Amino acid sequence: MKFLMILCGTLLFANAAIAVNPEEVLKDPALEARARTLSVEIRCLVCQNQSIDDSDADLAKDLRKLVRERLTAGDSDEGIKKFLVARYGKFVLLRPPVQGETYLLWFGPLLILLLGGIGVIVFVRRQRAKPAPANEAGLTADEEKRIAALLKDNS
Amino acid sequence: MRRALYLLPLGLFLWLAVYFALGLTKDPRLIPSALVDKPAPAFSLPALYDGAPGLSEKDLTGGVVILNVFASWCVPCRVEHPLWMQLSKEKILPIHGIAWKDTKSNAINWLKQLGDPYDLIGHDPQNQAGIEWGVYGVPETYIIDRAGRIRYKHVGPLYPEIWKNDLLPVVQRLKNEKKAS
Amino acid sequence: MIAELGHFALTLALAFALAQAAFGFAGASKGRLDWMGASRSAAFMQLILIAVAFGALTHAYVTSDFSVKNVVENSNSLKPLIYKISGVWGNHEGSMVLWVLVLALLGSAVALFGSNLPPSLRSRVLAVQALIGIGFLLFILLTSNPFERVFPAPADGRDLNPLLQDPGLAIHPPMLYVGYVGFSIAFSFAIAALIEGKVDAAWARWVRPWTLLAWSFLTGGIALGSWWAYYELGWGGWWYWDPVENASFMPWLVGTALLHSSIVVEKRDSLKSWTVLLAILTFSLSLIGTFLVRSGVLTSVHAFATDPDRGVFILGLLCIAIGGGLALYAWRAPKMGGGGMFQPISREGALLLNNLLLTTAAATVFLGTLYPLVLEAINGSKISVGPPYFNATFVPLMAPLVAALAVGPLLGWKRADLAGALGRLKATAGATIAIFVIVLWAAGENAVWGALGIGIAVWLAGGVLTELAGRVGLGKHPLGEVGRRLIGLPRSAWGMSFAHFGLAIFILGATAMSLWQEEKILVMKSGQTAEVGGYDVTFNGVQDKRGPNYVALRGLFLAKRGDSTPLNLIAEKRRYVVGGQETTEAAIHNSWRGDLYIVMGGANEDAGQTVRLYFMPLVNWIWLGTLVMVLGGFISLSDRRLRVGAPARKSTSDQRGAEAAPAE
Repeated sequence: MKFLMILCGTLLFANAAIAVNPEEVLKDPALEARARTLSVEIRCLVCQNQSIDDSDADLAKDLRKLVRERLTAGDSDEGIKKFLVARYGKFVLLRPPVQGETYLLWFGPLLILLLGGIGVIVFVRRQRAKPAPANEAGLTADEEKRIAALLKDNS
Repeated sequence: MRRALYLLPLGLFLWLAVYFALGLTKDPRLIPSALVDKPAPAFSLPALYDGAPGLSEKDLTGGVVILNVFASWCVPCRVEHPLWMQLSKEKILPIHGIAWKDTKSNAINWLKQLGDPYDLIGHDPQNQAGIEWGVYGVPETYIIDRAGRIRYKHVGPLYPEIWKNDLLPVVQRLKNEKKAS
Repeated sequence: MIAELGHFALTLALAFALAQAAFGFAGASKGRLDWMGASRSAAFMQLILIAVAFGALTHAYVTSDFSVKNVVENSNSLKPLIYKISGVWGNHEGSMVLWVLVLALLGSAVALFGSNLPPSLRSRVLAVQALIGIGFLLFILLTSNPFERVFPAPADGRDLNPLLQDPGLAIHPPMLYVGYVGFSIAFSFAIAALIEGKVDAAWARWVRPWTLLAWSFLTGGIALGSWWAYYELGWGGWWYWDPVENASFMPWLVGTALLHSSIVVEKRDSLKSWTVLLAILTFSLSLIGTFLVRSGVLTSVHAFATDPDRGVFILGLLCIAIGGGLALYAWRAPKMGGGGMFQPISREGALLLNNLLLTTAAATVFLGTLYPLVLEAINGSKISVGPPYFNATFVPLMAPLVAALAVGPLLGWKRADLAGALGRLKATAGATIAIFVIVLWAAGENAVWGALGIGIAVWLAGGVLTELAGRVGLGKHPLGEVGRRLIGLPRSAWGMSFAHFGLAIFILGATAMSLWQEEKILVMKSGQTAEVGGYDVTFNGVQDKRGPNYVALRGLFLAKRGDSTPLNLIAEKRRYVVGGQETTEAAIHNSWRGDLYIVMGGANEDAGQTVRLYFMPLVNWIWLGTLVMVLGGFISLSDRRLRVGAPARKSTSDQRGAEAAPAE
């Protein structure tokens, strides 16, 4: 395992650019584009913080070849992902699937936004209902009008 | 109610701290096998030695067996090798090997130098079988039961304590399994 | 000898930190000025001692003292002097010493410059700083001692990693640390305020410069790391949503929210307990980041050599610092009164929206980064959360924020005229729509996203300019008067404008880079030409080169664009002799239009040389944008009004504008 990490570190920092090689590129540009889009979403299991599109590791190369072979054979994008997940587990997908165990992950941000939004609305409403404290540097309605006029004048 | 809200950040943090603590006991790089409890994948590899029989999933049924993936360029494989030599002497169960992403000559020389503990060895220079097995590094060790299903995977070098404490009990349990049914 | 001196200095520093904490808390609660004074002196002593320790470690590196284990592991006699020095903080132990050095430096700064703070507040701030120092000094002394010796001393050091020998990478950690540790001051202020039971506009005013300092450095540090990755790693990527990158981004997001909400506290005495919470959370995220990077809990290319024992210690620190802080918050914050009222549509409301979106964004990054860890602990399931997740969730949160950002500064306090503000943005809206249409029409692929991204950048830029124009009365006053007003604008106004404008520039670059990169992967023979990004690039063969400590294969290229002079570019693949590492040095030609980026691949037997040609559109706007943002932070910081403890009397020459006077 430590060997893998050292290998990865060197690979990551060294030949990082050499990910997709010319001989890997498919002749059909549409298929090749699909291959690249797919590859970006598949995790390299050796250099685990890169996709197989970026990683220079041998295993990444094998998987890139596999993806292209299956694309040429006519597999769908989903089919290829399923193929890889069957062998390597869900870990191999950089975009986590939307399933029971990841609902909180995918809907979490929206949930947090909604909860936060409700919190904000409640806060704003509640503090509006409070009467202004006596010593607050509040302005009378007349002063407000004058300020508004001055501000308009300034802009 | 308001008070409870103020306690929320603390509560969330403490809950998280528990998971941080749990996380410290795990290795984030370790990927559990997706194939545990599934039948060994179909594969067919030529033999490493000329004239010897090759290796396929058919060789993995009928008894509890071990499949070990190794390579001559792999340092931890060298570290775990003496254990395999020992185990093959003890004849506990068949040990098959896959020479992974290696040239024939390098693998054969390596085995000549260190000893050959394997019953059958498949040669997989292009990672064809490896992909089917979900191999992502070497060494990796699989325990397969009588029905040909993968029941356990160990990633990384196999140290004697790990063999004794983790794998051997599984092997023994699997050997007793068929007898019961 | 010197290493032992350094070790001793750290131990003494720990003692002084204990004194600083004890005298600080006791002096504040008993009202004893002499004890509070002792606390200040302890802070200075702590700084001196830690500086001595840091100096001792640096000395060991500079003299290549290989009897010190840390030097052996992280240095080599062949390293140039600059990189020997930067090697001091390029490893776990040394970087922790840098950490506490910055902590002590900032503590001393509060001790020195905080004479306008009420003594009890200052003492408590120093005491909390000292507590943090105690925790980290203990961490260093007990688990990460850089001064350990090794016998017998080897002949040379083990590390000559060429990647670490780079100016960008050398400054990146110190800048980040001033950022991370800088937020500890806001944290200390928050804890001190909770203990005192009082948060008011004056408190916010005192916290702001420290927060600005930390924020500016953190922005710069993150940008530097990004820039380094871009030019050094060879495939033009600049942000990976790697856990360690996220660990630095989360404090940045929450720190930005803190900066903005503290304005509301200062001007309107509102959002007090929220701001205190943010101050605690920002530094908490810094601490959590430290934990994630150094404990081995997450995989990352950045992670230091990890050690679960250290992880346990840091987790303990986290529980005490964050747990303690949040517990104190839960106990004392409800007692904090509310403050000024405001309508939803107002400057306060806009800042509240800003905070909502920023903290949600931070929470999203937090969720994505930690989800795999928690899920695995719950049900053993191992998943990956990578860039596709973050891009899908983060960007939609930021878009409304940026859109609102153009409008916010145009709104008045308490109750604002939204229609009026939007009315002022008519010209900006027009420009935005026009550019949106142009991009939509002119762009090849990704036209819609590109148009949206660029459109929003233009909208923001226009909003900033509109606000500035309004302040100086452009169009209403003669140009001379306008010019005078422009020069007389308070620096905090300039700072805000710069920072927001910098963001617009950044968005422009990021949009272009994300959507319109060109890449050509080819095998080229000498004499062959290929086109990328408007350049015709001719490959002129390879040559061998012997560097000082490496051998290289150089690819010679000639790039020509239109009628301009042809450019000679050289890309290299290097192999370092001592360690055997291989690196690629991309050939990069910078321009505002974009970078021409050439990388050598492997030789392809007799078919030729594998070459990757890239065109990186508008990439330098990314760095320019962040630079302008950092400048904005520093300009704001230099505004004396923000640093004077008591609010300055409003003078008649002050700008009357949207920036209201402090409500004191």
